[in-house]
Amino acid sequence: MTIADDPATTLPGYKWVGTRPIRPDGFDKVTGRARFGADLTLAGMLEGAVLRSPHAHARIVSIDTTKALALPGVKAIVTGADFPEPAGNPTDQDMCRNAMAREKVLYEGHVVAAVAATSKRIARKALDAIEVQYEVLPHVMTVDEAMAPGAVLLHDGMITKGMDPAPTEPSNVASRVVYQRGELDKGFADADVIVERTFTTKPVHQGYIEPHAAVADTTPDGRSTVWCSSQGHFAMRAYSAKVLGWDPSRLKVIPAEIGGGFGGKTTIYLEPLAVRLSQKAGRPVRMVMDRDEVFMATGPASASKVTIKMGANKAGEITAAELWMAYEAGAYPGSAIGAGSMTALAPYNIPHFIIEGFDVVVNKPRVYSYRAPGAPQSAFAVESVVDELAHKLGIDPIDFRLQNAVEEGMQAPYGPKYQKIGFKETLEAIKHHPHYSAPLGPNQGRGVAAGFWFNAGMNSSAVVHINEDGNATVVTGSPDIGGSRASMALMAAEELGIDYNRVRPVVADTEQVGFNDVTGGSRVTLATGAAVVDACRKVIADLRARAAKTWDVPVEQVEWVDGQAQHVDGSQPPLSLAAIAKGWARTGGPISAAATLNARGVGAGFSTQLVDVEVDPETGHTSVVRYTTAQDAGRAIHPSYVEGQLQGGVVQGIGWALNEEYIYNADGKMDNPSFLDYRIPVASDLPMIDAVIVEVPNPGHPYGVRGVGEVGIVPPLAAVANAVAAATHRRFTDLPLSPPRVLDGILNGTEES
Amino acid sequence: MARRLINCVVNGDETDFLCEDGDSLLDSLRNEVGLTGVKEGCGTGDCGACSVLLNGRVTCSCLVFSPEADGATITTVEGLADGDHLHPLQECFLEGAALQCGICTPGFLVAAKALLDANPNPTESEVRYGLAGNLCRCTGYDKIVRAVLEAAAQMREANV
Amino acid sequence: MVRVFFSAGLRNLTGGAANIEVEAGTVKRLLAELDARYPGMAERLSEGTAVAINGEIINDALYEPIPDGAEVHFLEALKGG
Repeated sequence: MTIADDPATTLPGYKWVGTRPIRPDGFDKVTGRARFGADLTLAGMLEGAVLRSPHAHARIVSIDTTKALALPGVKAIVTGADFPEPAGNPTDQDMCRNAMAREKVLYEGHVVAAVAATSKRIARKALDAIEVQYEVLPHVMTVDEAMAPGAVLLHDGMITKGMDPAPTEPSNVASRVVYQRGELDKGFADADVIVERTFTTKPVHQGYIEPHAAVADTTPDGRSTVWCSSQGHFAMRAYSAKVLGWDPSRLKVIPAEIGGGFGGKTTIYLEPLAVRLSQKAGRPVRMVMDRDEVFMATGPASASKVTIKMGANKAGEITAAELWMAYEAGAYPGSAIGAGSMTALAPYNIPHFIIEGFDVVVNKPRVYSYRAPGAPQSAFAVESVVDELAHKLGIDPIDFRLQNAVEEGMQAPYGPKYQKIGFKETLEAIKHHPHYSAPLGPNQGRGVAAGFWFNAGMNSSAVVHINEDGNATVVTGSPDIGGSRASMALMAAEELGIDYNRVRPVVADTEQVGFNDVTGGSRVTLATGAAVVDACRKVIADLRARAAKTWDVPVEQVEWVDGQAQHVDGSQPPLSLAAIAKGWARTGGPISAAATLNARGVGAGFSTQLVDVEVDPETGHTSVVRYTTAQDAGRAIHPSYVEGQLQGGVVQGIGWALNEEYIYNADGKMDNPSFLDYRIPVASDLPMIDAVIVEVPNPGHPYGVRGVGEVGIVPPLAAVANAVAAATHRRFTDLPLSPPRVLDGILNGTEES
Repeated sequence: MARRLINCVVNGDETDFLCEDGDSLLDSLRNEVGLTGVKEGCGTGDCGACSVLLNGRVTCSCLVFSPEADGATITTVEGLADGDHLHPLQECFLEGAALQCGICTPGFLVAAKALLDANPNPTESEVRYGLAGNLCRCTGYDKIVRAVLEAAAQMREANV
Repeated sequence: MVRVFFSAGLRNLTGGAANIEVEAGTVKRLLAELDARYPGMAERLSEGTAVAINGEIINDALYEPIPDGAEVHFLEALKGG
């Protein structure tokens, strides 16, 4: 039986779920006590530093560490020669080469060597003393360059997957995906209006404020303990082990508090280097990235190029869509082109379409997940064109979306039929929000856009211990990025029927709790939450048995109500959780239960967003003056932190739309690897973000939870661009909409009605 | 290299530490004084995570050489609470869910304290500009701004 | 019987067929059946593939039971952020 089948899942009224208590880890985080990745100091600890490629593409001819090793205070140096030959599947091998370059460096910032020394200053000096000879190679920086005939190849012998017949010549195209339905020609023949445009976006970074950090202490028995901030310490253990050629169990990974991740901290960078340096030096090693290293050498989101043609008839039905999409993967294959293709048309029921996507390697850092990975780029193109079609047809953009919106039972563009979803509910919420009919000022424009994300389930473990005072400890292995300890405690309090403050949630290390997949894919409240609920229900079954033993009655006569055991006919005075805990020695020993699962019942998420912008016609500067987002959360366990996810996703999307981009020079080097020049939104750039939580409960989860972390970043790119189009009467197709670009459009672009 | 002895007052206590001339106050506070509540997000004065009050002024401690702190009075996030009594800003950040990951929170709290010390009754816009030197990537600032406005209101009420 | 749908990228293995009916009570048996009909299909679907059964996307679905009359789709496995 899955949890969702349990009749107890439809509890009529909740006592804790849906309330807004203070998060359990909050006190540590407002007083400076919370220990993040860089905050640990161990006795005898060395400081590490990384030597990175200054070239976008080069062959490593030789590395000489002799002079560096001779410097006083330098205790260990590692290069590619200190790691085993990459093994496993191609993705694993790429990860190994990304963590430490071997034959070639493929982007500026690629790791070439690492040093451990008695101080960071000495470690940096040692980097300067390492002599590396490179044979510099030509580089390719964009999908156009990389896909051009005769382009320089990053990987010899890479044959495009997903082509029929398979190509005979290698290229920079790692793979091709196709999704299609119906007959495209018929669909376009049915259209009265057709819009065709090409959209581009630049690489953008997750921009977490905490740089990557890791401390490793490798002991002579061949084991290592690693403290690091990540979105999943079990993944850090597994990936580090691959790079080291170790069994994962030789590593113990202790989760530090994590200072933001957004997908970017679901893989390893420093961890295996720190382990190996610590092993060579025989001392603990701490490694912390500088901000420029975070920008240059950790995975941003893909730059993209999307050509889209979409048609609709006068009745307001989208009849056909054709998408050609290419995503930059960075140095190794693995952009989110698959998800980008699958999500692109997911909000709409379109009879005829084809989506063709390409994963393209370029001489930039290997991209990594960023909040709904792959979806914002394709949604930017689709939602811009949907907006333009509505405009050309003279139909309100929300009504146009409502008319074409998917609902339960319709087939998704990527294949299966939708289960219970709440897209239309989010559209209606925006349509009826006072914002939608509020007057606009001069130079202002209003934009709407929608977005879809799958959400995820995956593997989780949880243990619930009842303490001798009747309080509960809830142990999981899911790092808390945005308040998940609170939602675990709320669900446990609800299940056990005890006060929220009597539940202590703990994020345990890799040796103290069973395996948990990463905190990503918007999965923790759903999947780890389901494991917590499952463990609580096992505890309750045990508590009922203990009460039955105490009363000498069959267990069927014992119910668990409001945190106490009650006899069905009231013939016994109720036994509270605390009372049962107090007597546990006489009823069978301590009370504890574990649950593990590969979660089912994932509920997809939709978001619809509304924005007003004001564009300064003199400078091209765009200000966001009002923003409203409506998102289906299924059910909000802690509404404040759900709102926080909605608001945070929107603002990252605003940054993507208006300011953020990696800027490269002709040598393939990043020109703006700092928060000064890579400008993320600050408080004075923004209004309040009105977060409307729509609740269409997910029938697959005990409390109706859908993931909420990701879909909020999908609509803002197009929502802002649509608003800028409305304000300026010009359609912008290239992000970011920075002042020079918008001003150029105003001065030189074509005015549209 | 000879190290220099620095005497200062940190969170109300006479404190001394050794440093080299090129050390940043941020590194000294974290590594010598042990106040790891002061966070490093960029090292270039762009993110505000390392904000401290230096002689009452909000300052990025990564941009201050440690020797410059000799004789100074410094307040970090660790010094905001009065014993086990949280500062109203800390209370309001907790109540208002104004933090998600929490890495920027120490810098925001220090910067917000400086803001309210100078202007006990700020408008929303004044809060937004007053905190524009602090980056938060999780919250979109909405709940941070509300928490600071709420704390300001509570502090004014308490002082009436 | 269950109805299996093939995405455009798989149809080169099925001779263009977009969907077929198959007798299979689990994903494992379904894969064996498909591989018998379309050699190479099992290998193609072995890595990085999720299965949607009646609309629910399931990772690591090898031993998953498939109810009679179900719709089955093979999807690219996804990563979240």
